[in-house]
Amino acid sequence: MQEEEVLGKAYDARLMRRLIRYLRPYKRHVALGILLSLLVSAMEAIRPYFTKLAVDTDIANGDKNGLLVTILLFLMVMIVRGLLQYVNAYLTQWIGQKTIFDLRMEVFRHIQSRSMRFFDRNPIGRLITRVTNDVEVLNDMFSSGIVMVFSDVFTIIGIFYFMFAMNAELALVTLSVLPFLFWGTFLFRKKAREAYRDVRLQIARINTFMQEHITGMLVDQIFRRERRSYGQFTEINAAHRDANIRSIFYYALFYPAVDLIGAVSIGLIIWYAGANALEGTVTIGTVMAFVQFNEMFWRPIRDLSEKYNILQTAMASSERLFQLLDDTTTIAVAEHPVPLDSVQGKVEFRNVWFSYTPATDGTQSPEWVLKDVSFSIQPGQTIAIVGHTGAGKTSIISLLSRFYDIQKGEILVDGIDIRRLRPADLRRHLAVVLQDVFLFSGTIHDNIDLGNEDIPADRVKAAARIVGAQRFIDQLPAGFDAEVKERGATLSVGQKQLLSFARALAYNPRILVLDEATSSVDTETEFLIQAAIRKLLTHRTSIVIAHRLSTIQTADRILVLHKGEVRETGTHAELLALNGIYRRLYELQYRHQEQAAQ
Amino acid sequence: MKPLLRLIPYLLRYKTTLILGVGTVVGSNLFTVVQPLFLGKAVDEFKLGVETHTYVTSDLLVWAGLIVGFSLIAGIFTFLTRQTIIVTSRNIEYDLRNDLLEHLQRLPYSYFQNTPTGDLMAHATNDIGAVRNVLGPGIMYPSDTLLTCTLVLTLMFFQDWQLTLLSLIPMPLVSIVVYRLGKVIHKKFDERQEQFSKLTTRAQENLSGIRVVKSYVREEYEIGRFEKLSSDYLDKNLVLARVQSIMWPLMFVLVGLSLVITIYFGGLKVIDGAMTIGTLSAFISYLVMLIWPMIAFGWVMNLLQQGAASMARLSAIFDTQPDIRDTEATDRSVTAIAGRVEFRNVTFRHRGSERTVLQNIDLIVEPGTTLAVIGPTGAGKSTLVNLLPRLYDVTSGQLLIDGLDVRTIPLDILRTHIGYVPQETFLFSDTISQNIRFGAFNAPEEELLKAADISQISKDVDDFPNKYGTMVGERGITLSGGQKQRTSIARAVITNPSILILDDALSSVDTHTEEEILRRMRVFMKGRTSIIISHRISTVKDADMIVVLEDGTIVERGTHEDLVALNGRYASLYRKQLLEKELVEL
Ligand SMILES: Nc1ncnc2c1ncn2[C@@H]1O[C@H](COP(=O)(O)OP(=O)(O)OP(=O)(O)O)[C@@H](O)[C@H]1O
Ligand SMILES: Nc1ncnc2c1ncn2[C@@H]1O[C@H](COP(=O)(O)OP(=O)(O)OP(=O)(O)O)[C@@H](O)[C@H]1O
Ligand SMILES: [Mg+2]
Ligand SMILES: [Mg+2]
Repeated sequence: MQEEEVLGKAYDARLMRRLIRYLRPYKRHVALGILLSLLVSAMEAIRPYFTKLAVDTDIANGDKNGLLVTILLFLMVMIVRGLLQYVNAYLTQWIGQKTIFDLRMEVFRHIQSRSMRFFDRNPIGRLITRVTNDVEVLNDMFSSGIVMVFSDVFTIIGIFYFMFAMNAELALVTLSVLPFLFWGTFLFRKKAREAYRDVRLQIARINTFMQEHITGMLVDQIFRRERRSYGQFTEINAAHRDANIRSIFYYALFYPAVDLIGAVSIGLIIWYAGANALEGTVTIGTVMAFVQFNEMFWRPIRDLSEKYNILQTAMASSERLFQLLDDTTTIAVAEHPVPLDSVQGKVEFRNVWFSYTPATDGTQSPEWVLKDVSFSIQPGQTIAIVGHTGAGKTSIISLLSRFYDIQKGEILVDGIDIRRLRPADLRRHLAVVLQDVFLFSGTIHDNIDLGNEDIPADRVKAAARIVGAQRFIDQLPAGFDAEVKERGATLSVGQKQLLSFARALAYNPRILVLDEATSSVDTETEFLIQAAIRKLLTHRTSIVIAHRLSTIQTADRILVLHKGEVRETGTHAELLALNGIYRRLYELQYRHQEQAAQ
Repeated sequence: MKPLLRLIPYLLRYKTTLILGVGTVVGSNLFTVVQPLFLGKAVDEFKLGVETHTYVTSDLLVWAGLIVGFSLIAGIFTFLTRQTIIVTSRNIEYDLRNDLLEHLQRLPYSYFQNTPTGDLMAHATNDIGAVRNVLGPGIMYPSDTLLTCTLVLTLMFFQDWQLTLLSLIPMPLVSIVVYRLGKVIHKKFDERQEQFSKLTTRAQENLSGIRVVKSYVREEYEIGRFEKLSSDYLDKNLVLARVQSIMWPLMFVLVGLSLVITIYFGGLKVIDGAMTIGTLSAFISYLVMLIWPMIAFGWVMNLLQQGAASMARLSAIFDTQPDIRDTEATDRSVTAIAGRVEFRNVTFRHRGSERTVLQNIDLIVEPGTTLAVIGPTGAGKSTLVNLLPRLYDVTSGQLLIDGLDVRTIPLDILRTHIGYVPQETFLFSDTISQNIRFGAFNAPEEELLKAADISQISKDVDDFPNKYGTMVGERGITLSGGQKQRTSIARAVITNPSILILDDALSSVDTHTEEEILRRMRVFMKGRTSIIISHRISTVKDADMIVVLEDGTIVERGTHEDLVALNGRYASLYRKQLLEKELVEL
């Protein structure tokens, strides 16, 4: 598991461009949104006009009817404005939500296609943060953010135009403060970005911690670790808070600074007007207009700086998202994958070398987990793999499923190198009872067929019967529709294992792999299962891993794996005759029973 | 809005800062409000200057300076507002999140069995976030609104109380709207958060089960499920947006209505000569000053409703009483445990379940002896031992340790004296050394090595390049099945327990290693009470007492010899395992 690294230099422009791409499908809506925002602000400007009209014309003339007409008109404009504003508010939300939906699905899809190495490296909590919170944060920016930024920019440009048209010199004086604004923004951006990035990092850490300690709460409680875990959590939580407080600090400085620069701008107008009053180049009307312009102009700028906050947050989380989306740890798919419609079931490992930590620079020899492993299984055969714990048995299975790619050698299915197959095609013909049992929340039935509609209900039932799960399922009030909690929390471990076994059978594979599939099941049930699947296995290739030698007695061949190497292979009798590791294992296992029998 | 009352103790913790913060809001308002006054003066001055053809530059500079100066002071106040109120909101967020974890830590095992992890995570981030959102603006803007409204309304009242009252006619409407809309927003927001939890839960499940998903090529199906939830979430958000978007414009229209009423009736008064045009202008500008606070008010109402909905969801967790905890009945004088375990007519049923998992269990384990439990899958073996560290409490009957009901032994003492190897291994993504030292973080190096030797993880660790400093993945992925299990054994052994529980703790270990572990265990278990669950006769046969559990009842009990002689369940199992051997020999 890796701690997340702090990101390097940020390229705002590139990030922004990439973010905006997500708006492309909705560009019409965005345009409409911008138009509506402009309309709404324009109507906002009409208000003083109506007031002026009512006061200067109707009231001054004593025209009661005229007054009524004016204010009714006014009311209507207000209502229309309200409606437009409503439509606009909804529209921008719609755009934002649609966009983050797209993005969320893209991220999720992307994660689904990662290889196992990726999941070894990334804690679940962090990935959850990406799919949920980090995407969520972008909502503000995609909804109100972009639309407002555009309409604000348009407003500013419009005001620029009027100002220059009216008095270019005064306009320049008014705007002479802008470099300060840019400079301030530049400073702020740098600092704020660091803080916001830190916030994203810490949120992921909080989630990772939460996810791990909630799932492991039992262990925390049994070992009385609550206080320490709490202490660890408060540290992460405090780091998150402090990162936020830092961003508040920069923001708290920035916001009033923008206002102050605006006030300086007004001061400059007044000063300039005073200096030029007698030359007659500045009239009172111009001053009034410029003061108003300044206000109208500063509002969007202030808005923009408010939006800047949203933007910075969005940048920080989109960086993380794009980093994830740019991740390339997939299983490489051949350019022209060989289609694999049916499988005979021949499996062959040829001089396979494998390490979980491949040396990237090639200087140091990696920790080999499998060393020069070769064996072959004919269609319909059963082979067993035995060996001490940590010998590499599960790793062989992971390689066959192509969860990882090997460093040297070849793995062939029906004579085809599995690297030339699409992983999904390969896995479809393979069913593995994983050593680590996992159940999903849902029903018993869902857990056996995994939502696969091609598997008929009676096959699900038959699979459950074969593994002897029928008995306990029948005892549940809802039978196959009984609810399974997260990870099967309300089932016994053996029951979970049976379901996981039934799942593999229901998929009716050509190649069946059992990795310690009955390690938590009682002997009686284990016996029954063995008897029941014997018939089932006759036409299938199967690989059985078990520590209990009884489980593998009928195997056509037994492979003894020791520290990543195949040390012995042969039938049970051959291996006993060999007088090696297998024989020692065998004798150990049965010595007790003999002693007990005496 | 009631759920938010729960925040009061948190707010009180920061009351000085908050009061200061409100003070700065007032300050920044005052200094901002007077700026237009200076501007007006400057314009008047300028006008005068132009009319009288005199230089007024220095006078104007004073006004300009005042504007900048006041803006600076207002800015400092704004800065302080953020540094106090918003910072406090982050502090409270921090407190809330800590408290949530602390509370979760006290909840029993059964709570976590029945609550999706993703749900809890969504609470810890999203809901706490929504509550925090209330705190900043929720304090800042109402004080702002209140201040401005009071100021403006007082001024207006002194000018013309009748017109003021008239202009306030739409106000009851405002409160009705806020109330009605607020309720809807609350509900819709709640639904949205609910959906967010579902989304998080789905992601969490999918990622935890990614190996299964990939093995069975279920990626597309999983994507489809996630897409369905995402799109429901989208819909819920849009429904919420539809309601929320009404608030602002409506506030705007209502304030506009006020303005219209004022202009009309004020205008009539002016025409009739009952009011000067100057007063009317003033009135109008006052009302305009109310627009922003009213809009902010609408916005804050949105936030408040969201915060209240989220707080209600959090309260549901905070209100879950931990039913396994120390109570008044706890006997504080208990400081150690010798290890006599007695089940007295114990019956156990899971809450909300009809099925009796354990029925009338009577069993005594003397200190220092070994009890072995054997029985078919689902018989209740794990449940039986789970009662000891009080992961569950008995439904009826009594479980006694050293003659005391476990419910009267301080939980801390009870659990520190029990070394438990759960049937399902859970390791944390930390180093192997940290994982072994989990329950005894001060244990010296020798203890670590000793525990690692007993559990036989040592020989694997010695092969790792980073030895005990090797990081393990989440839940222990990156270790083999047997390595995980042995780390878990070491973790229990190092705590030096009086009672050791091994729940099928050798199921993933090969025979050779099992033998090595059992040999060392026999030495370690001297003087300790131990309970061993296993499916293998070889593991249980040396126990001082063996019980066969079936469907929650003890069907046989005795030593290995007794049970073989009894010729019942155990003997048949024994024969089967012997038969296995013969089969292998064929
Ligand atoms: N994802 C992984 N990343 C890094 N190392 C791993 C990973 N999975 C396994 N290993 C290491 O590879 C070695 C072989 O593990 P593997 O799971 O194949 O053993 P195994 O023979 O199945 O053992 P067991 O009988 O205990 O299940 C072990 O030393 C283990 O620590
Ligand atoms: N939280 C729960 N709610 C309802 N039923 C439960 C819960 N936990 C376990 N059960 C049920 O209680 C029974 C006993 O479970 P237990 O885990 O004690 O079995 P076990 O004897 O340990 O089996 P195994 O050998 O498979 O580990 C099982 O039928 C199981 O389905
Ligand atoms: Mg394994
Ligand atoms: Mg169990």
